[in-house]
Amino acid sequence: MDNVSSIKFFIPELFLTVAVIAVIIAGLINKNKNKFLIPGMSVAALLGTVILSFTQYEMGMNSLFFNMTVLDPMSVFFKILVAAATIWIVLFSLQQHMKVEYYILLLITNLGMFLMASANDLLMILVSLEVVGLSSYVLAGYYKNNMKSSEASLKYVLYGAASTGIMAYGMSILYGLTGETNLAAIQQQLLTQQPYNLTVFISIILIFAGFGYKIAMVPFHFWVPDVYEGAPTPITAFFSVAPKAAGLALLIRFMTTVVGHQLAPGAAEWLQNMDISAPLLIAILSVLTMTLGNTIALQQKNVKRMMAYSSIAHAGYLLMAFVVFNKEGYAAIMLYLVFYLLMNFGAFFIIHMVAQKLGSEDIETFYGLGYRAPFAAVSMAIFMFSLTGLPPLAGFIGKFYLFAAIINGHWYWLAVAGVLNSVISLYYYAGVARAMFLVKTETKDAVSFQTFDKILIATLVIPTLVFGIYWTPILELTMRSIKLFAGN
Amino acid sequence: MGFLTLITFIPVVGMIIVLLLPKKNLNAIRWVSAAATFIPFVLASYLWTQFNYNLGGINNESTFQFVEHARWIPAFGIEYFMGADGLSFPMIWLTTLLSFICIFASWNIDKAQKGYFALFLLLETGMIGVFGALDFFLFYVFWEVMLLPMYFLIGIWGGPRREYAAIKFFLYTLFGSVLMLLAMLALYFNTTDPVTGAHTFNMLHMMDQSNHSDWLKILDVRYLIYIALFIGFAIKIPMFPFHTWLPDAHVEAPTAISVILAGILLKMGTYGILRISYPILPDIAASTSWYMAVFGMINILYGAFVAMAQKDFKKMVAYSSISHMGFVLLGMSVFTSAGIIGAVFQMFSHGTITAMLFLMVGVIYDRAHHRDIEGFGGLGLKMPVYTGISSVALFAALGLPGMSGFVAEIMVFIGAFPVYRTITIISAIGIIITAAYILWTLQRVFLGKLNPKYENIPEINGREIFTMAPLAVMTILFGIWPIPILNLMKTSLNYLIQIIP
Repeated sequence: MDNVSSIKFFIPELFLTVAVIAVIIAGLINKNKNKFLIPGMSVAALLGTVILSFTQYEMGMNSLFFNMTVLDPMSVFFKILVAAATIWIVLFSLQQHMKVEYYILLLITNLGMFLMASANDLLMILVSLEVVGLSSYVLAGYYKNNMKSSEASLKYVLYGAASTGIMAYGMSILYGLTGETNLAAIQQQLLTQQPYNLTVFISIILIFAGFGYKIAMVPFHFWVPDVYEGAPTPITAFFSVAPKAAGLALLIRFMTTVVGHQLAPGAAEWLQNMDISAPLLIAILSVLTMTLGNTIALQQKNVKRMMAYSSIAHAGYLLMAFVVFNKEGYAAIMLYLVFYLLMNFGAFFIIHMVAQKLGSEDIETFYGLGYRAPFAAVSMAIFMFSLTGLPPLAGFIGKFYLFAAIINGHWYWLAVAGVLNSVISLYYYAGVARAMFLVKTETKDAVSFQTFDKILIATLVIPTLVFGIYWTPILELTMRSIKLFAGN
Repeated sequence: MGFLTLITFIPVVGMIIVLLLPKKNLNAIRWVSAAATFIPFVLASYLWTQFNYNLGGINNESTFQFVEHARWIPAFGIEYFMGADGLSFPMIWLTTLLSFICIFASWNIDKAQKGYFALFLLLETGMIGVFGALDFFLFYVFWEVMLLPMYFLIGIWGGPRREYAAIKFFLYTLFGSVLMLLAMLALYFNTTDPVTGAHTFNMLHMMDQSNHSDWLKILDVRYLIYIALFIGFAIKIPMFPFHTWLPDAHVEAPTAISVILAGILLKMGTYGILRISYPILPDIAASTSWYMAVFGMINILYGAFVAMAQKDFKKMVAYSSISHMGFVLLGMSVFTSAGIIGAVFQMFSHGTITAMLFLMVGVIYDRAHHRDIEGFGGLGLKMPVYTGISSVALFAALGLPGMSGFVAEIMVFIGAFPVYRTITIISAIGIIITAAYILWTLQRVFLGKLNPKYENIPEINGREIFTMAPLAVMTILFGIWPIPILNLMKTSLNYLIQIIP
């Protein structure tokens, strides 16, 4: 589709772009007089974007801007997911009275993630990754005077630059082999020309470095703990869900085209004929990722850092579903992301609230919290056990579908590794519950939180509980989103 | 809404009411909890009067009773499907009874009562749900729902090493249940609903071998699935060598929670094997039964020997549970009418006897604040009523004729002897060891010279008698006249062993 006729399929992104400009101008005029104007505008802009994106569900499959991006239900799903995530983050940052740049950067990141969700071209992938990356570096270092925050930002930049470089190198090899930058065209070339396997394999591995970095996959995870610990907690929460979701969208797109998929005859077979089969490689990477995340999380004393390792582990669980290379697996990933957003945001928000009140994120801070702040502690316990994957909480449903997908694909050893990891993870998640309820402390004085914060937590706790018992709406949404997608 | 649903979810309603009550209003919290456990007990008793003894259940939906179907997640073949038969109904009834009694045994909980009773009521829903569920997914959800309240109940209100015991219990059982989850998914993807042709979690469809896919007919696959399920259940029983969580959890848990653990939770392991493993994979059950008999024998002897060595009264009772669950395993392994009925009757009778034993230990612990068997002596002089009622409990545990434990054990032996002669003979030694440790304990605690420290120990009070007396009456009643319980389970269990080749 040419540029002009693509415009009408690009309305949410355009709306967001206009909103960014409007927020910049409003910030200049307002000069911090009205503290709620900018956040309010940001939320309104994001809400508008979500609504506009919803209307795109019915548009079917479209290739936009000369196949640079695609609009399909899957990209719509991810756009809604990341925009909703950003709304929560904006609301959660309200107490901080962040400067206007903070919100602008969040919105721009959001735009970048929209492009990630719909990118269908190597160049577009690179550009969208960089849009998200650059604004993320600044957000990570938002607390200028905080050493840890600055350290986080610097580490993020270095790792980001290195992995993007490696990825770009891999892309150049791929381009050299096929002469195409469009993912679907690359697939066609790979199928018809049958280039030398090892070269293709190397280029795919190099490109994986970039995706792996974005979704915190072992061995590209080293930045995660430090960045997560140093960045402002709302931003950490944001990093742990939104860019990861967008990265997974990209990965799904990439996997189903360049690496192979079952619908194109021969493609999946071509994979198996390689010396190292891609599903096996992903399975091993996913086991490494979750095992490393879980075992290191066991030793953490700082809850925020523990959650960083936990998010590595969850990247491993998500990666698991890629091995089956079918829609069932992708639907499970999308379902999991929805629930992961709820519980992970909830956990980070409570850590943030506790750190604000009690001055630390160490596990000792949580001692006896169950008797000092019952609402927050009970919510935290729910999020923790949901992250473990215990029914009747949403996290269990998410894991259930991940395991269902791989069991249906007969990946039993992988499923066993996955469930054993769940058992390991129980120890540190329950450790937080233990700190809050089981440990006795001297201080008994109540810790009170603002009603606004409590309502915000409730918007995450209630769905975590409800979706654990009745998740058909989410299931149908993901099924609908994956039914048609441009990977085919 | 059917009776089973009411029985299952009234405790949750009670939990919500308890949570809404003010923290200071202790009596309201207690009485609401008592009501929320009493109503299910009354309803379950009413259902007993309505129970049709001639319907078998097991794998045939039309012979299940009080069946309820509701749509839940149709896109994934998940249903809300409850029903009772002769295997599950005795356990449902026992659960409601013990839960009601345990509310009174928890009357003196000294901290955070609101949380305690709320969690306890949630636990009851989980337990009843496990026994009532006929959809595997539903079963699994209820199975896991029990873990969280149990973790907190042991971890917050338990003894000195409560944190260790709670997390150990949690990790062990979660390890077992995740294996069960995988087995469940493997069964799901290889079973089709005969009507719709879609995959299904309906246990009864899984039991029909003609619904299985070709892959599920491969022998190795069946073995692996059976073993995965079996480990999940064996941890709960707890079968040697998966038993190590039990002494810790039992000793640290508050009295009422020990009662629930030993009285109900352990039975879920054997119930799960009978409800799920046997009918779904009957050929594997038949070919592995010898191993189960051996494990039963090990449980009986090992549990009894270790119980004899204990100095802690509660730990002694805990190990005696391991020993007694061995009888269930032995009875289940032989597929004779007497053996399997004896096994399920042992599940029921051990539920009442072990509950009494833990209540007995709780009574003395509340007064003396220790549980050292050697530290008592001559309590019979100062606490005659307590001694009397405790003797009933201890003799019942010993398997004295005229008590329900005897009936169960003799049935197990009669059933097992023709099949596994040597194993049965060796297991029977367990009876002697049991007699030894129980009589020895009885002697050290209640007989002999009164320990001067306990000159003024108060006698058992009315509330405590109220918790123990009904169980004592039941043990004697069903020991002399076991027909009501046997009639309940007979049809179903005889039908179950016919399924097994």
